[in-house]
Amino acid sequence: MSAGGLNLTLHVWRQSGPNKAGKIVDYPATNISPEMSFLEMLDTVNEGLITSGQDPIAFDHDCREGICGSCGVMINGAAHGPMKQTTACQLHMRTFKNGDEIWIEPWRAGAFPVIKDLVVDRGAFDRIIQAGGFISAPTGSPQDANSLPISKLDADDAMDAAACIGCGACVAACPNASASLFTAAKITHLGRLPQGQPERYRRALAMVTQMDIEGFGGCTLFGECQEACPKGISIDTIVQMNRDYIVAAASEREEKVEMGAG
Amino acid sequence: MGRLGKFWDSSVGKKIVMGATGVILVGFLIIHMAGNLQLFLGAERFNAYSKLLKHDIIELTWIVRLTLLVSVVLHAVAAYQLTMRNKAARPEPYAKRVPQVSTYASQTMRYGGVYLLLFIVYHIGHFTTGTFHPAFSESGTFGNVLIGFSTWPIALFYLGAMGFLSLHLYHGIWAAFRTLGLARPSGDPLKRQIALVLAIVVAGGFSLVPLAVKLGLVH
Ligand code: HEM
Ligand code: FES
Repeated sequence: MSAGGLNLTLHVWRQSGPNKAGKIVDYPATNISPEMSFLEMLDTVNEGLITSGQDPIAFDHDCREGICGSCGVMINGAAHGPMKQTTACQLHMRTFKNGDEIWIEPWRAGAFPVIKDLVVDRGAFDRIIQAGGFISAPTGSPQDANSLPISKLDADDAMDAAACIGCGACVAACPNASASLFTAAKITHLGRLPQGQPERYRRALAMVTQMDIEGFGGCTLFGECQEACPKGISIDTIVQMNRDYIVAAASEREEKVEMGAG
Repeated sequence: MGRLGKFWDSSVGKKIVMGATGVILVGFLIIHMAGNLQLFLGAERFNAYSKLLKHDIIELTWIVRLTLLVSVVLHAVAAYQLTMRNKAARPEPYAKRVPQVSTYASQTMRYGGVYLLLFIVYHIGHFTTGTFHPAFSESGTFGNVLIGFSTWPIALFYLGAMGFLSLHLYHGIWAAFRTLGLARPSGDPLKRQIALVLAIVVAGGFSLVPLAVKLGLVH
């Protein structure tokens, strides 16, 4: 490649498998085009590693267009790197200068164990969703459009919260490794829509409980999650989560075993 | 586990307890600070206020004292337990993590909290029971304050506590409204003007007393 290629030094977390000891290893990344995405830069480094018979750096990725939530690493101490509201796959190398040193580490949380190098197991998020991040939808023929009235304000808030791609940057950036922003985004997304009402308070209790079971930390409102979120989810969702949790805890009651119609 | 037990066991529940007890403590602090400023109205007025609290409405005083004691204990225990959980949630630290928006206030809640806890114990022994006071007089509260602040280390210990208090309030008041689910949605949720004003007024108001004594403005 011609002039304009970047020469960088990478400090990358290498770990051969789950529960193995890992360490930071330094790699040169030479002649990197500023047009490359961050993941393409890693691909280029990996080609070199493979050619020289070394184990390539494992990292998660899928869509590479910022919508699937698969990618995500700590880049120089910031989740998804220095660019706001941008996933690692959408981060471009023009953000960096020739000669830069780049620290690349996996998300760090007890609830996100490292599988290999930069790949972590985010199954804990799936289990939080399984606990209550769904609605029980009636099947059958479709309803008329607009048969469920919803205010524009609620629709906007729900859609903003629904932008969450579950990448885990909020956990990674949080000093407490808390999953509050993720959980709150789901609770807000469903809890603001008419379809989410029947299970709204059960959902808040179940998802918050699961979040604790998984071993995530609590929220101290540092604000780091909101800053790290590639989708710009607001900590206002955490206000919603806590409000629903308070109502849920105050109104919780046993399900009836025998019911009139049963 | 009962409903209350489940609430207390959850990280969100514990945080809500912290927010609620924090609000109680802030309410007390505003009244306490305003009461203290009567020092500037002279010895007679100040001692009369002290007598009001310690004799005339002592039953009410005891209700307030017990509420504050329960609040401080719940607040500190929840803070301790959450801190332990939060530390355990990231067993492997980052080689490099750069805080992007965390305020100095939010990062010093734990140290400030411990300082304030020590301060609360000392302060009660200093001006309420007289245990740590060199010349305590049951009826001469005005004099107790003048003598109490006559040594610099003690005045500085009080001013240090007010420094931490202002930080604690700057983060805490803003956070409490969010934790309790009361804050309205905002375009910039990290903005906290009300907390800033209250932190300055409360910590500043308290600080006026040791400062005035040290500057020789009250006799
Ligand atoms: C007894 C000594 C104290 C300790 C050990 C302490 C400790 C803490 C800690 C560690 C936090 C942050 C909790 C977290 O990690 O999320 C906090 C929050 C807070 N503190 Fe204190 N604190 C103390 C005294 C006070 C006092 C005297 C006040 C009243 C002015 C107060 C008001 C608050 C408020 C309002 C919050 C915010 C709660 C929330 O985030 O919703 N604290 N405290
Ligand atoms: S790879 Fe899908 S969001 Fe980055």
